[in-house]
Amino acid sequence: MSLSVSTGGGPGVHRSVDGSVAVRPFPAGAGGGTVGSMTDDVVKVRGLRKRYGEVNAVDGVDLGIRRGEVFGILGPNGAGKSTTVEILQGHRRRDGGEVTVLGQDPGTADRAWQARVGIVWQDESAAAELTVAETVGHFARYYPRPRDPAEVIDLVGLTGKAGSRTKALSGGQRRRLDVALGVIGGPELLLLDEPTTGFDPAARRQFWSLIRRLADEGTTIILTTHYLDEAEALADRLAVIAAGRVVAEGEPGSLAGRAQARATVHWAEPDGTARSEETDTPTRTVAELAGRFDGDIPGLRVTRPTLEDVYLRLIGSEDR
Amino acid sequence: MAGTAAAGALAPAQDDRTARLPGAWRLGLLRGAMEIRMFFRLREQVVFTFAFPIVFLFLFASIFHDDMANTGSTASQYYVASMIAAGIMSTSFQSLGISIAIERDDKVLRRLRGTPMPPAAYFLGKIWLVLATGLLETAALLVFGSTVYDVDLPSDANGWLTLGWIFVLGITGCALLGIAISSVPKSGKSATSVVVLPFLVLQFISGVYILIDTVPGWMLTVGAFFPLKWMCQGLRGVFLPDAAAALEPAGSWEYGRIALVLAAWCVGGLVLCLLTFRWKNRNDG
Repeated sequence: MSLSVSTGGGPGVHRSVDGSVAVRPFPAGAGGGTVGSMTDDVVKVRGLRKRYGEVNAVDGVDLGIRRGEVFGILGPNGAGKSTTVEILQGHRRRDGGEVTVLGQDPGTADRAWQARVGIVWQDESAAAELTVAETVGHFARYYPRPRDPAEVIDLVGLTGKAGSRTKALSGGQRRRLDVALGVIGGPELLLLDEPTTGFDPAARRQFWSLIRRLADEGTTIILTTHYLDEAEALADRLAVIAAGRVVAEGEPGSLAGRAQARATVHWAEPDGTARSEETDTPTRTVAELAGRFDGDIPGLRVTRPTLEDVYLRLIGSEDR
Repeated sequence: MAGTAAAGALAPAQDDRTARLPGAWRLGLLRGAMEIRMFFRLREQVVFTFAFPIVFLFLFASIFHDDMANTGSTASQYYVASMIAAGIMSTSFQSLGISIAIERDDKVLRRLRGTPMPPAAYFLGKIWLVLATGLLETAALLVFGSTVYDVDLPSDANGWLTLGWIFVLGITGCALLGIAISSVPKSGKSATSVVVLPFLVLQFISGVYILIDTVPGWMLTVGAFFPLKWMCQGLRGVFLPDAAAALEPAGSWEYGRIALVLAAWCVGGLVLCLLTFRWKNRNDG
């Protein structure tokens, strides 16, 4: 079931691979860059702390994640993003801070809560000797209101492999089986920890469209990644975690003042010399150039800092 | 809470809160069926699991082919009882101790923990698997023993009944003990060594390989703390003539005490499992 609401703009907009635009259902008043109204927050984290020996792996993380959004957690290896997600899953104890996921503390949550949270694991732990259909069908029995197994297998694109044993699947197919097991219970919240690590580019694109399809169905999705293009392509909002802290949070396009940053206009002079100019008013610069050149401006490009530029600046300044 | 479009999209998910969670008993049956199916798909594992006690029965019955002194019975009659008991413990204690440690290492347990499956369903599933494989192994031993070595099967209902309750109590206690020991090895790789050594020692001090009246007294005392000695003793009572009870340390089969010790292991094993079972490796936090 794909939902399309044509209200334009806003953080719910998604451009899928085929170029069509889908707008996900979104709580009213969630359009701003700041934390939305608390009642709509699916995940609330305040001052989260976790120590491993002498290391503060998570050192005061605050997060607010709203119903229906795709939230990306970016950060270098060892920054604390996996630990944070594991605490949200209820699979790791925290040392301090408050955590509420779907209204409950994951550390003490019950089976009914577990049925509302889907987890996609990094490791391939599905039984090797069972077929895809048997595995998905079996996991469906654990949930009070599971989705139709055949429909979920179709959703992850494994219909052709439904009768194959897990051990005969490729790495990408196994990961899609992991996603099927994560969503078979019809979760309100789906947690994915570095889901595309080790994928080839085509498999990653397929995976992205799968995540978008799930998001279009209204599932709140939290994913960690260290691929910036992945975060930019999928996430409505991002948090960058470095050294156990959130160093920036916002929409990918405006993260850490990215949208307000000075633009650089590049062009080429008639003799071929490359020129560029940093400016707050790139439109005016381009208009001036258009007046100077009769017709097309050779080699024209207007750039703003990429997510990667912003990200590297963020983690570089926090690292050491 | 959200706009109408959102409410429509979230409706199926919100129903989850009111729908009933499936029960542990039913999921235990489902898991048992799945575990048995997975077991029989690994042909190599099936062949070696069932061949092991039969090969040992063949070896011992061939080596000690003479009649046992002073008992009016044969070595094959003694060893069929031993091998059934050891087979029960190997399909339950040994195979669960190793396979659960490997499942923990492979994050299978953690994945299950991330679903609403009740933990009891996992344990029930393992018990069903062990009951099925243990029953088949016992049947295979009886068929092999009676056709190849003319082992006398129990002649009356009483004998079969005794075999039945020792089987059920013994395999349950050993399965729980196997689940408990699976938490001891630090990783799946070391599980085999950690599980096999105590099992091997127990087999020697419980009179599985060596005639019970030749095992030193202090070893018997140690062995008496564990279920295997009592399973062997009870099964000897089923397969040997009453005169052979004279070889037992107590001079009788002690069925009352056997039931008591095995039942105590079922209860104690359950408590041990509940207190010590780990869903993750130690270094997984």
